[in-house]
Amino acid sequence: MKTVYLDNNATTAVDPEVLDAMLPYLRDLYGNPSSMHTFGGQVGDAVETARARLAALLGASPEEIIFTSCGSESDNTAVWSALRTQPEKRHLITTRVEHPAVLNVAQYWEQKDYRVTYLSVDAKGRLDLDEYARALTDDTALVSIMFANNEVGNIYPIQRMAETAKERGVLFHTDAVQAVGKMPIDLSHLPVDMLSLSGHKIHAPKGIGALYVRKGVRFRPFLRGGHQELGRRAGTENVPCIAGLGMAAKLAGEHIQDERVYVAQLRDKLENGIVARVPDCIVNGDPENRLPNTSNIAFKNVEGEAILLMLDQLGICASSGSACTSGSLEPSHVLRSIGVPFNYAHGSVRLSLSHYTTEEEVDYVIERLPGVIETLRAISPFKG
Amino acid sequence: MWSYTQTVHDHFLQPHNAGPLKDANAVGEVGSLACGDALKLYLKISVQGVIEKTGFETFGCASAIASSSVLTEMIKGMTVDEAVKLTNKDIAAALGGLPKEKMHCSVMGQEALEAAIRQWKGEPPVPQAHEEGKLICKCFGVTDAQIIRTIRENSLKSLEEVTNYTKAGGACGDCLNKIAEILATELRQKPFAELKPQPRMTNVQRMRQILKTIDEEIRPQLAVDGGDIELVDVDGRRVLVSLRGRCAQCRSSDVTIRNLVERLLREHVEPDLTVEEA
Repeated sequence: MKTVYLDNNATTAVDPEVLDAMLPYLRDLYGNPSSMHTFGGQVGDAVETARARLAALLGASPEEIIFTSCGSESDNTAVWSALRTQPEKRHLITTRVEHPAVLNVAQYWEQKDYRVTYLSVDAKGRLDLDEYARALTDDTALVSIMFANNEVGNIYPIQRMAETAKERGVLFHTDAVQAVGKMPIDLSHLPVDMLSLSGHKIHAPKGIGALYVRKGVRFRPFLRGGHQELGRRAGTENVPCIAGLGMAAKLAGEHIQDERVYVAQLRDKLENGIVARVPDCIVNGDPENRLPNTSNIAFKNVEGEAILLMLDQLGICASSGSACTSGSLEPSHVLRSIGVPFNYAHGSVRLSLSHYTTEEEVDYVIERLPGVIETLRAISPFKG
Repeated sequence: MWSYTQTVHDHFLQPHNAGPLKDANAVGEVGSLACGDALKLYLKISVQGVIEKTGFETFGCASAIASSSVLTEMIKGMTVDEAVKLTNKDIAAALGGLPKEKMHCSVMGQEALEAAIRQWKGEPPVPQAHEEGKLICKCFGVTDAQIIRTIRENSLKSLEEVTNYTKAGGACGDCLNKIAEILATELRQKPFAELKPQPRMTNVQRMRQILKTIDEEIRPQLAVDGGDIELVDVDGRRVLVSLRGRCAQCRSSDVTIRNLVERLLREHVEPDLTVEEA
């Protein structure tokens, strides 16, 4: 059975060109970039090429890029650094719909006697900019707001929020794990101080991420030890994955228009096709302002895990914010914050595409998904 | 990804007895849309008390659907007396086991079965454990009676297990302290084997025991506040009483009946007695 992979917000396929860029460093070029000999030194060049490629994708300078092991490490580092460089400030601002890599870190600092403001969202998952402006104080050490939401795809007004923070002299971090590669980001015009990204969301392998730290922003390392990454992140460089991330960044830059045109059109076809064929379903999030690849649809009176497992039988890979899929007993914090109606909340399914998705695959899902919902509704005690 | 057994997969993808049963004479409903799972169980029970036909409608995850499906197979052909003895463990075992986080699906099956049978027997509309006892978990509507029973029947030892089996405490977590107290009390109790209900009493035995408990345990306590109590009738597990003296005018007589009379009668006579004011 063919696999139709519509779970690209969870992880993505490694691009063959990315793999090719990595293989030399897994085979022959195993040297340590910190070594004095040529054999190691030439490997260091690969790291710097990758850094330059990633910087180019983001409109940043290479020295503003720190390679990390993942998006979560980047997020942890950003918060850690902001708090450690400004010990007198005891307040953080983030959102209720943040990824756990920021949300749980904020909760950790809250236990350490920091004050945290969790900005709320409306029924479409939008932030209130007035609430945000009111939350900023002289005591605020950091604002950390995601660029785009992983579950519903909403894009947040980072430009305006970062400008407001800058006017108030407050550091601004954004978790851009879902946004990088899916939309243009130009840090030469975007006044954020730190930005997190992850390789495996943009067709690089798992286990590599990066943190952008704007030149001039004070920094304290999270992982201490050796002098790698200019002393900002210890640990021997993961050279194959760094090379892979560099190539993925280069390809993402080349594909960035595909996302807006090709991927968005396919997503719209998929979403409209499902909504037209399945009664009683709603699109979660803000369709006017979201990632081109993401669709989150809630189906009334059915439960998400059951939908996913039936789709799985058809070779369709999707994900759900339903309680049962995560081992928790409640729908995801994002769906709860948005306030998805209770008879829909447990039946949410996220479909996330990539430029590898084909129209044929989308047609297949449009054809088969309605039957799954119908089957489950037939045995649900709740009708209408 | 959950590691479901092949049996769970089979029952989920090809559920047995799915759909409502038109000639059902017993229906048990548990759960709700807001809770994330719900089961409506339909039974056709013969005059001899044999479950002849079954049907179900389930809203929930794969394990909830599979638990419902396997349950409807298990009880077909059973007498009501046999079926009522079925526990959630039997349902989980018939599926070759469930992930621990999903055990509440098997509990839901057991509760729906009980609810249906009570309806068939014409017992008062308090079929679910949910509606007995004190509400502990507001998010999922779980009572202390339900928690205690699940702890005992499954020999639960940790807070996490209680949540996995009953869902209680799995959302806002506000009730976790209360659950911990219940669990601590239960763990101090005798092993479950010794707590199993005694063989059923005869009506005469039950009535004597109720009178003895009222005389020795309840009346002295009410007397402290100038009150008294009279036994009016015993109808199966229903005990009808009338409060006298100062208790008769007391606004909190309901509370007295629940917290004092019913609790002591359950403790000293039978755990499933209900007490009502005549």
